[in-house]
This record gives sequence, structure tokens and C-alpha cells, in this order.
Amino acid sequence: MTFKLFVPRDAAAIACGADGVGEACASEAKRHGLEATIVRNGSRGMLWLEPLLEIEEAGVRYAFGPCDAKTAAEIIAQLAQGTSVSQISHALALGPTEQIPFFEKQTRLTFARCGLTDPVSLEAYRAHGGYQGLAKALAIEPAEIVEEVTKSGLRGRGGAGFPTGTKWKTVHDCDGDQKYIVCNADEGDSGTFADRMLMEGDPFCLIEGMTIAGLAVGATRGYIYLRSEYPHAAVALDEAIAAAKAGGYLGRNICGSTYDFELEVRIGAGAYVCGEETSLLESLEGKRGLVRAKPPLPAHEGLFGKPTVVNNVLSLGAVPFILAEGAQAYADYGMGRSRGTMPIQLAGNIKHGGLFETAFGITLGELVNDIGGGTATGRPLKAVQVGGPLGAYFPQEYFDTPFDYEAFAARDGLIGHAGIVVFDDTADMARQARFAFHFCAAESCGKCTPCRIGAVRGRETLDKVIAGDKVDANLELVEDLCNTMKFGSLCALGGFTPYPVMSALTHFPEDFGRKRTLPVAAE
Amino acid sequence: MPEGTDWSEAETRAIVARHEDREGPLLPILHDVQHAFGCVPEKAVPIIADALNLSRAEVHGVVTFYHDFHREPAGRHTLKVCRAEACQAMGCERLVETAEARLGVACGETSADRRVTLETVYCLGLCATAPAAMLDQRVVGRLDADKLDALLKEAFE
Repeated sequence: MTFKLFVPRDAAAIACGADGVGEACASEAKRHGLEATIVRNGSRGMLWLEPLLEIEEAGVRYAFGPCDAKTAAEIIAQLAQGTSVSQISHALALGPTEQIPFFEKQTRLTFARCGLTDPVSLEAYRAHGGYQGLAKALAIEPAEIVEEVTKSGLRGRGGAGFPTGTKWKTVHDCDGDQKYIVCNADEGDSGTFADRMLMEGDPFCLIEGMTIAGLAVGATRGYIYLRSEYPHAAVALDEAIAAAKAGGYLGRNICGSTYDFELEVRIGAGAYVCGEETSLLESLEGKRGLVRAKPPLPAHEGLFGKPTVVNNVLSLGAVPFILAEGAQAYADYGMGRSRGTMPIQLAGNIKHGGLFETAFGITLGELVNDIGGGTATGRPLKAVQVGGPLGAYFPQEYFDTPFDYEAFAARDGLIGHAGIVVFDDTADMARQARFAFHFCAAESCGKCTPCRIGAVRGRETLDKVIAGDKVDANLELVEDLCNTMKFGSLCALGGFTPYPVMSALTHFPEDFGRKRTLPVAAE
Repeated sequence: MPEGTDWSEAETRAIVARHEDREGPLLPILHDVQHAFGCVPEKAVPIIADALNLSRAEVHGVVTFYHDFHREPAGRHTLKVCRAEACQAMGCERLVETAEARLGVACGETSADRRVTLETVYCLGLCATAPAAMLDQRVVGRLDADKLDALLKEAFE
């Protein structure tokens, strides 16, 4: 019999030694005379268990992790002795993968296929429901595709939460000899890696979503603007695009229809601000990544001045499900105006870090404590930062906040791209606030004064606060400066840097040499 | 190709020719030039500008805007250490101090023997297996003092 083994090719798994595990599996199987196929799949998202080795038996996949070459060899040796996979006794044996609580508790719509298959096999993608959304889209009118996406309630997953259907309708209604679909894959927020995991683990899902977007709005060209820090994603996307072209899913007359759609990956050059959509468009055009003033909106005048849909990876990645299963099936999940699911990323100082896709509405506390298992160091938890470097720091008193765009906004926070970074009690929140200014100064495009100058002055002023120099007067300056940046900056880099700064100051005043004046949960 | 290879006008022109018919060709050209020569040499700028009908100032502006493009070749190896929030929460700053002390340089600088360039990176997307680093194109997660030591030794070989 041939054994089927799975070892991820996801960058996080590789960073923890997955290549060595894959090689050990191959060489040990050979040494024992076992027939084995080793599939380099996407990650299942339980990143604290990476490298996760899975072995299939009677249609069930059993997990072992975190493996290294030595433990993988021990597991293969047991297989070679004729032990059935379910009976392998090893400290790293975790039972059936899909019964691990972290996995079992999820609602995987966008990530349904991620980790199941060889991510660049078109055949495997189709065998697991891939391209059913495109088939539906080809059978209806473009305006009806837009209507489906609108009805699903999908909102931009990059952070702003703008209704995707509304954006598509604007571009659909524009006249233009050339329109574009641009995928924002410049996932620069610390604590976020869902885009990377989808591109590495199920790249066809993004390709299909972009193709459907192209049909819907009448765009014949698409670009994926991918950050240069993601070389593994670039390889997976290029392989998948080549396979899709060869299979007739990209290029001229896709699937025998009258539609054409060309798709290309473009690599960024290490500028965080290019995750802002207008800066990204400038960069794609080959310019400095300077933010544009809006209006005009990219939907009217985007790439090369043409009507352009700019969507995040996860927004486009949700589209194949919405088309295949219907808008209602997606909208049935979620709460309030946050419909569907969100791939949430648990990161930083957390015991069970990884990707957890679930319907909106779960509380921050459930995510961090129940799902994530608290801090990795085992020390008391101090704060979590939600939404990347421009997101607010929340104390434990806010752990009842449901994961929902409006609920976070009501507490002066944002869900952003849904990354949650956990800090234990050794974190110094004054230093974290200083870092927010420092990061903004390092990454500012320089176009608007509040961001360019404000970030530098903010950092300098916090340095004085940290040194104990005129603390109250300088903190007053910081608050005033934050107000200017929030309302005077051209984009979210300068505009949102006040979130981490002010939340740190509000919730952890003692770290700034100030007495706590209000109960922490006061709103 | 991290170390500075001698600049060649012919190769620069060949790179430009490969991309000039694409939409927005400047970034792909600069990436390839840097890959070929280890940096974007000053002498390449007027050739690229001329071919794309841009001013030298415009090309210079783009080269200097992006963190990835260098005007001087980096060391033989580049070690990027992530210093964003998720890695901070797992103690990356102590590792940065160690690396700086061992190399005798600050982040953004190259060791005196030009073997290793140490760089700060803000996020490698390995935030659940933090701290993270990248030696040339190889990613490393769950970085600790021992793993950092091994990376530095490898870079010095």
C-alpha cells in the first residue's frame, strides 16, 4: 500500500523546518522500503504545531507535530513496522487533524481548501470545489455577479471595511476602454499573515476571485501587488497562474467564453505605505509610492487613470464561495453589519498562534484565551494589539468586545486585517507607543505634513516622557499632536498612528509615569 | 547575487529591453538590475531614464523611495531581523542587540569585512512563529539565541 503524507510548504512551516521534515520523510520511507507519496500542502493554520506532518489512513488524516527530522523518522519507523496510523504511539501524535479543537471550532469558508491539497495543482483545486464560483459567474450577467457580492454583505477585508459590492458596482457602471482588477497583497501589518497563507496554500482561490471580479466589472487585466517579503507566495502564485493559463482559466476566452482575463504578479519593494490603495497604484505605475488625494476614487480613476477595483486578498478570496454557494449562504454568518467570516490571525506572545476563521461576533477574550490559550511565556497577559501597527492596544478589561467592525470602532479600536498580537506583562506600553511613532516616521511617504513631521516629533516627545522630562506637559503635546495627525493626515498611516499611541496612554497611564485616573473600562 | 558584480551597460540595456513594453515597467527593471549587480548603480539610472522617457530625477526618486533598493552593494549575506510588534512581543530586541554586538554594526550597516549586512524588516508574516528572521532568501522562525548564533556562523563561513 502507498502511504500519503502531507508536509506544508507554507513559509511559517518552512521557517520552522518543514523542508527538513519533508526530506526526512522521503529518505526514511525509502530506507524502510515503504511506498509513500509526500504532498507539500498549504498550512492547516495551527502554526504552533508546525511543521505539522499528516498521514492519511482510510480517508482520515492524522496529525503529528511540531515535528523535526528526528521525530518524523521515528513516526515513519512505526509505520514501517506495520502499525496503523491511528495506533502510532508518539508524544507528538495529535489524532485526526480535523478533530483538533482549534481546527474543529472554525468555520472555514475562505480557507476551506487551504492545507487540504497541493496548492498549485489545478486538478486538486477542481476536485475540492474550485472554479464552481466562476462557472456560476459565467452563467449570469455581470450586473448579477455584482448583485450577489452586494447581497453577501462582504466588506473590504484589508481594514477599511468598505462594502465590496458597492466598489464593484461603481467600476461596473464606469465607461472605459480598459479597466483593472488590482489585488492588494501588500500585507505589511505585523500580526497578519492570512493573505500569505491563502496565496501559498490556495492560490487558485485568489485567482478565481479576481477572474470573477474581472467578469463582473468588465476588466480584462489584473495585477497582484505582492510584497517582496513574501517570496514563497510569489512562487506559489506564479505556478498557479501558469497552471490556470494552461487549463484555459486565464488568458483569452476563459473557459470557452467570450471573456478575456490576464493576470500578473508584481513585486513591491519594501514600502509599508504601498498597502494604502492609492500609494499601491502609484507603485504599480512605477512611481514613488506617494498617497493620492481622494477624490478621484480609484474606482473612477485608478491604475493609469482607468477605472480600477482595488481589493484585499481576503475580500477576493471570499468571492468564489459567495458565487458558488450563494450570497445568502455567506450572509448567514456574522453579526450586525459584519457579515460572513473573518480569517483571524493569533500572533505574538500566544500559546496557540495561527489562523482561525470564524463568523464575526466571537469575543476578543474567547479568541485570545479559549482559542489561543493565553500567553506563550505563561506570564500574565498585559495587552493585545488588534489590527496591525495602526490598531489600538486593548487591555483585558475589553475582552468582552465582539469581533465586529462597529463594536471595535465604538471602543476607539479597529479590527483592520484581523491580526491580534498578544503581549505579556513585560511589555512597556510607553515604548510600544513610541514604536508606533517610530514606525510611522520610517514608513511615511512624506506627502502630507501631519504624518511626515508629526511622527518624528511624536517620537521625540515620547522620548522625553520616557526620560521623565516634564511628563504631563509633554503628554499633553502628544495628545494634541495625535489630534492633528488623526484629522489632518492624507491616509491611514498618519491618520491611524494615534490609535496605538492614545490607547496605550489611555489604558496604561502608569507606564508613562502617570497615575491611573479613570477606571480602565470607562468609556 | 548579493555582492557587487561589475556594472555592465549592455546588461542594463538588456534588462530594460526585457521589460520596457510592459505596463509600469520601472519596478520590475529596478528589481532585475539590483539582482544582477547587487544594487542599483548610479550609472544605470540615466540609461533606464532615457529608455522609459523619464527624467533622471524621477528614476532617482523611485530608487531612493523604496527600502529594498540599494545604491551600494550589500554584504555577501543579508540577515534581516523582524522588529515589528509580534516579534517584539517575543523578545526580538534582545536578539537584535546580540546580532549588532557580534557583527559590530548597527541595523542597516554592513560588517567591516563586507560579509554580512544586518537589516531591520517590519514583518515577514511569520507572526505566530515569532521572532522571525531571514538569511538571504531563507526564512527562520522561533528565533532564539542558539538559532541566531548558527545563522551568524553560517553567514561568516
